[in-house]
Amino acid sequence: MSLTLTAREEILARIRAALPDLRVPAEASHASIPRSYGRLSNLDRPACSQLFIDRLLDYDTEVIELTDATELRAAIEQTLRDAGEDRLLVPAGPLQMLVPDGVNSYVDHGLTTPELDRAQAVLTACEAAVASTGTIFLVHGGTQGRRVLTLLPDHHICIVRRSQVYGSVPEGLAALAMQSKKPITSISGPSATSDIEMVRIRGVHGPRRLTVLLYGDF
Amino acid sequence: MSIRVGNTDRAPSFPMAAKDALRNDQLRRNVRNATDIIRAKRALRVEEMPDWEQLRHAASDIKSHTLAYLDDYLEQFERNCEQAGGKVHWARDADEANAIAVALIKQYSGEEAAEVIKVKTMTSDEIQMNVALERAGIRAYETDLADMIVQMSNDEPSHIVVPALHKNRFEVREIFREQMGLNDLGDQPTDLTDAAHDYLREKFLRVRIGISGANFAIAETGSVCVVESEGNGRMCITMPDVLISLIGIEKVIPAFQDLEVFLQLLARSATGERMNPYNSFWTGVKPGDGPKEFHVILLDNGRTALLKDERERETLACIRCGACLNACPVYRETGGHAYGSIYSGPIGAILSPQLQSLEHSRSLPYASSLCGACYEVCPVKINIPEILIHLRGKIVHEDQTTLHGSLSAESLAMRAMSTVFLSHRRYEAAQRLAKLGQKIFERKGQLTNLPGLAGAWTEFRDLRPIPRQSFRDWWKTRAKTAPPSEKTS
Repeated sequence: MSLTLTAREEILARIRAALPDLRVPAEASHASIPRSYGRLSNLDRPACSQLFIDRLLDYDTEVIELTDATELRAAIEQTLRDAGEDRLLVPAGPLQMLVPDGVNSYVDHGLTTPELDRAQAVLTACEAAVASTGTIFLVHGGTQGRRVLTLLPDHHICIVRRSQVYGSVPEGLAALAMQSKKPITSISGPSATSDIEMVRIRGVHGPRRLTVLLYGDF
Repeated sequence: MSIRVGNTDRAPSFPMAAKDALRNDQLRRNVRNATDIIRAKRALRVEEMPDWEQLRHAASDIKSHTLAYLDDYLEQFERNCEQAGGKVHWARDADEANAIAVALIKQYSGEEAAEVIKVKTMTSDEIQMNVALERAGIRAYETDLADMIVQMSNDEPSHIVVPALHKNRFEVREIFREQMGLNDLGDQPTDLTDAAHDYLREKFLRVRIGISGANFAIAETGSVCVVESEGNGRMCITMPDVLISLIGIEKVIPAFQDLEVFLQLLARSATGERMNPYNSFWTGVKPGDGPKEFHVILLDNGRTALLKDERERETLACIRCGACLNACPVYRETGGHAYGSIYSGPIGAILSPQLQSLEHSRSLPYASSLCGACYEVCPVKINIPEILIHLRGKIVHEDQTTLHGSLSAESLAMRAMSTVFLSHRRYEAAQRLAKLGQKIFERKGQLTNLPGLAGAWTEFRDLRPIPRQSFRDWWKTRAKTAPPSEKTS
């Protein structure tokens, strides 16, 4: 056996030398941590949805409220027209059906970076949302696209079903738990910075505009 | 061993550096303005959380649990990250971590000019990674707006969360004008962020290697989490072919579920937002999405030396929100640079000296009035005042064990004091003597310039003179003249 320890062996040895020997198993100790904070929101579904809208507006997000999925296509058309955009990126799959007539669709069957960089807006679904913080979770792949799709275009249009909106952060994260090893991005408003004199500026490197299309039953 | 925390080995002591900082009115205005704004926003966002205290308790418990099982969780993180296609490296100190990063970057760059894009990581400032990269001929681009300002002006970060908080818009415009060659750049914050956007966009699309830190490394899944606002973090972890994440070993947390606590505390404490615009989570490599190669460097650099003593261990619970800096009456007067460490403010005053076994930053535990504002705002309940006192004790004790230290003015004065305080006769005699002696030094009811040993105290503080009548004198007279106490029914 070599006398010189690897960095890994040495760091672990230092840790073990510093910590007491008698420890209950880690899982048991972890499970016994008291969690007396609010894990479940006490809002009903409509109140939850309203809080989510308030939070989104507070973060400079555009919100369009719809009744059901049949209205999505027209709403997307209107949003793009208002923004003067006609190059829309979509993940391959069901969302392709929502691209309005007269809009150039960039369907991601493995588009290159320069191709992606030409799109002005991107359309995705989401996995879950949290009302208390106005947060949208994307679990990347499928209708939520790979990560780069929602990063390069200047405008992200995100479809959220009302039943996907949870009241609290713990509830929202619990909805992702089964997929926690996939790439996940949480989005709370458009990209922003307050680095200069603490003045909040909307839009730096990520999309400068975020539009949420909220539809469906509570 | 080459444990390093920024440039602390060359930094002047805090009282010296603070004197310079206090003379810089512009710096103090900028720091005061920025910290006032963050404090107000934080207070607003904390107030709307009915379970804030319970979240702090849980966060503190989770961190202390994790540190008690740190070996288990690091091994678990390593196993899960590597199972998902990542590669985990371990680094004992700054030099070792830098050597690993340089070797990886050279390996992947091959014949091409070596360049990296970096998302804000204080840990990389701690180990002076940019200096090591530059020496190896690697060009590093900081992409966080504030970090870019600091890098372009050859400055040092003055705040953990807002590293360029000491610069105002006009100073930033001058830096960008010069470094980006933009002669007609405006001075509105939007002009400046637009300039940063255009300058960096080309780099995000072109540079093939990214470097990040981590806010959390999740043992259960092997995932890494980066918390940010601008989207530069998403760019750096998504666009390159190769990603290298430098992670302090204390950043590991047990489970994905634990994020429900930390993500509720971090943004509200750091920037006063309910949630920061972006959190990214990834696990190893995902084919067809993001980098094809992923490396983690797990860094010790003095951290394991804090584990043995439970009081010191608490320091490692820090999630780098910076709330203690904004709350600190000392930081708010001096700004971050006076601390001589990239970790400034109350947390810097305990973290910097401890990481370096008290070899450097020895004046920092004294850079505090022990008012406790830091402890009150800390989202993971680190008892910073207690640790400051503990470190002061350690420093005094260390000093007394050396010949030089035992003959120092402070040590001699303390020993003399202890002799005087042990006997009431000696104590009263000393008081009488001091009352006579202080007269010639009294100015407007304050002692401002004492001679000899006591001068070290009055150089930085005013001292109230000993009153004409001491409590003991008064007690003696009172006992003679006061009427006998009456019992009340």
